[in-house]
Amino acid sequence: MNILTLLIIIPVITVIAIMFSKDLKQARVVSAIGMGIQLGVAIFLMFSYLAARKAGDTTEMLFFQDVMWFKSLNIHYTIGVDGIAVAMILLTGIVMFAGIFASWNMEFLSREFFISLILLGTGVFGFFISLDLFTMFLFYEVAVIPMYLLIGIWGSGPKEYSAMKLTLMLMGASAFLLVGILGIYFNSAPQGGALTFNIIEIAKVQIPVEAQRLFFPLTFVGFGVLGALFPFHTWSPDGHASAPTAVSMLHAGVLMKLGGYGCFRVAMYLMPEAANEMAWIFIILTSISVVYGAFGAIVQKDLKYINAYSSVSHCGLVIFALLMMNKTSMDGAILQMISHGLMTALFFALIGMIYGRTHTRNINEMGGLMRVIPFLSVCYVIAGLASLGLPGLSGFVAEMTVFVGSFQHADTFHRVVTVIVCSSIVITAVYILRVVGKILLGPIIDEHHQHLTDATWTEKISTVTLILAIAAIGIAPLWLSNIISDSLTPIIDRLTLLGH
Amino acid sequence: MNIENLFLMRHELLLIAFAMVVLFLEVSWGTKSKTPIINISIILFGIITLIGFVPAETGSLFGGSFVLDNIRIMMKNVLNIGVFIILLQASYWLRTDDLKTRISEFVILMISTLIGMNFMISSGDFLMFYLGLELATIPIAALAAYDRLRNRSGEAGIKLILMSALSSGILLYGLSMIYGTTGSIYFDEVATRISGNGLQTMAFLFFFAGMGFKIAIVPFHLWTADVYEGAPVSVTSYLSVISKGAAIFIFTIVMFTVFKNLAAIWHNVLYASILLTITVGNLFALRQQNLKRFLAFSSISQAGFLLLGVIGGNQMGMASIVFYVLVYIFSNLAAFGVVGAISNITGKENIDDYNGLYHTNPKLSLVMLIGLFSLAGIPPVAGFFGKFFLFMAAAEKGLYILVLLAVINTIISLYYYLLVVRAMFLVKSDTAIPHFKNDTTTRISLLLCVAGIFVLGLASFFFEYIRELSFGM
Repeated sequence: MNILTLLIIIPVITVIAIMFSKDLKQARVVSAIGMGIQLGVAIFLMFSYLAARKAGDTTEMLFFQDVMWFKSLNIHYTIGVDGIAVAMILLTGIVMFAGIFASWNMEFLSREFFISLILLGTGVFGFFISLDLFTMFLFYEVAVIPMYLLIGIWGSGPKEYSAMKLTLMLMGASAFLLVGILGIYFNSAPQGGALTFNIIEIAKVQIPVEAQRLFFPLTFVGFGVLGALFPFHTWSPDGHASAPTAVSMLHAGVLMKLGGYGCFRVAMYLMPEAANEMAWIFIILTSISVVYGAFGAIVQKDLKYINAYSSVSHCGLVIFALLMMNKTSMDGAILQMISHGLMTALFFALIGMIYGRTHTRNINEMGGLMRVIPFLSVCYVIAGLASLGLPGLSGFVAEMTVFVGSFQHADTFHRVVTVIVCSSIVITAVYILRVVGKILLGPIIDEHHQHLTDATWTEKISTVTLILAIAAIGIAPLWLSNIISDSLTPIIDRLTLLGH
Repeated sequence: MNIENLFLMRHELLLIAFAMVVLFLEVSWGTKSKTPIINISIILFGIITLIGFVPAETGSLFGGSFVLDNIRIMMKNVLNIGVFIILLQASYWLRTDDLKTRISEFVILMISTLIGMNFMISSGDFLMFYLGLELATIPIAALAAYDRLRNRSGEAGIKLILMSALSSGILLYGLSMIYGTTGSIYFDEVATRISGNGLQTMAFLFFFAGMGFKIAIVPFHLWTADVYEGAPVSVTSYLSVISKGAAIFIFTIVMFTVFKNLAAIWHNVLYASILLTITVGNLFALRQQNLKRFLAFSSISQAGFLLLGVIGGNQMGMASIVFYVLVYIFSNLAAFGVVGAISNITGKENIDDYNGLYHTNPKLSLVMLIGLFSLAGIPPVAGFFGKFFLFMAAAEKGLYILVLLAVINTIISLYYYLLVVRAMFLVKSDTAIPHFKNDTTTRISLLLCVAGIFVLGLASFFFEYIRELSFGM
């Protein structure tokens, strides 16, 4: 069997196994085993991908498989991965694995929780391996809809409101996406021949420019909403703040990356002329996302809101870098996706763990936690430093690459927006250090916080997995960067050659 | 014409024979309890449904007024499947004390309307079409008033019969104009003689209005909510699925064949009515508390989506309509099945009554969830595929703006479907409906629906098969 199909089958089998489990203990063990195997497969995929490339296989997509599904409409189940997809799959594997351990004590309706969580993961894995727009869209929606139940049932705060808002905004985005995909499909054979949903096939033809002008914005915005593109980012703070820990991790860590991934894999890759024409509009919007998100994080008092706004800022940077359309910046964009995915998952995991102990997320009600829960506090500092771009951790590598790449443009417009976006680094430092100073250092404010217990072994597994990954990227960035940049070549070629 | 030709009418003849058998059973049963009649009917009807799938020859009868081709056979089979599930779901309700003496009455009335619909679908001229339509309509009014001890049921019946009479009158007026201007009632001849002059355009509009009543297209939808709420659940599900499906089938055929020369005109008419139907249906559904009314308005909006297949006028359009009706039967009957089961046991029909249902009746809630997701078009269930293909059919003609507005409407519909999901899963309630066990027939019907919802979309065979049989303008 194709190793990629395995990535869908393992979660589905895990879900079926959880259905037969009796209580929380069984459900969480089954989930952990299932997602452990899944992570193993993802790592194995990474190494076999590297081996294949080393052996000189230069086809665009590896582990390619094509099965006819709806013959008369030319809909296929087409799967295959390049370096970018492999990296994203590995990221998803790590975050899923950490997420299961972060929700080890989910007492209420535990079976249903793990089933929904893993179904969501199935959608994400399916999305990253799909090369057919139809199946890609199908998996996109599979990844979004469990969020409603996950936030609505197990969330906190105004959970029903947040769940409904998030679901409707993301599904609304998929409405634009659907029309965009149909438009691409019906223009996929301008010289006659069979219409197709296959991304690789469509990339060989040129969609008429008038059609591109119509469908590029639809597709781009459709994916952009999931990537928290201003002004469609409002689902993100509410959704992340209300979601239970594992869901926040998975959503900010992985699901938001679906947006960025779709933006370049579908919208920009297939419609390069329109992408070049309209990039300036979206560059302005993403610049606003980056700066506005960072400022938003400064004024928030709730830890989750701070991190949610920080996600808006960082994910804005991903799309910003993609729109710069040169190799360095796009390389940085992918690195930023992975780096932010790991870092924000770590943040949300830690926030969940701290909240589980202090029963508050308000930064004014906490202080001096470093003395009582040193392990979690140190982890929090590491996550913070990665977020503000300290050299040696993943955030630095990503942001540095992005800004170097975007400053390569010689014209005033690109230079100015780059400078503006660069300022977000300073703002990020402000809100990260403010939180660290307030809740971790200083005197202990609340009497009840004197006797908190430090991390349990499951929490340690969850956090250490993520920290190791963050440090690995920070110390040996070229390893990851090489995998990515080879795979970027066809996309960059199409964007620069056809576009000018 | 010889005796073999009659096999072309096998669907209709089998149904007539079936109705006779049930009538005979009723008369000869004597004074004993008549409840076994429903089980016998279900088994017999199941066999008839299966026989419908046996391949046989096609052709036409009575000088072209009765036509049978493969897509029409498929349409009849689709309706048969729906009626079979409805009989299963009605079984428990029919065996309650008030009604158990009148079971055969219900079955015979329902089969009569089905016979009418079959004739209507197979019609090759306007006379057969009209006869079928009336045969399909009048027994439904009796069915709506079936629960005669309840005032609302009677009210539903009288509203339905009055509205049907009015719409039939309008429809007939249109047909008379068509005869007047073309000198024929046969579909083939009329199609070649329609040139699009003023009177023919008017005739088309009358025809459209008449059919609009049957399909419940806005602005001809006002009867639906009251009738759906008043009628018994089984009849409501019959009205919203089978009746609507049959009307949209023949509507598609007539539009694609008879009125194809008027395409320029009906394109605009449909464009406007699709947008109105989807939007108004959705906006009214948002405010409903009673689940039957809620499903009534949601079914209006679903009819609007079905019309997206008509406006394309292509093979893909007809295929996606037949496929979506099939999917819609399973999805809507899953939802109605749960509503009916709960209403039979507890008499509760409001969304608030469903608060916390998942904690007491997890299986029923899951069936409802799957049914609603399929209605909303969420993957991986069949509703997603059905809606996607309808959108494809319209997009093939370049109607991207219409498709965009329709897809945005599916998001609105998702909102109100999620309201029910919210009540069942999110809200905690001390007064939740207590746990109860359903009888076997209800469980079988719900299981069938869920299986259908999953299989129809993921297995491409069904859509491919329907598409091969379909035709375009």
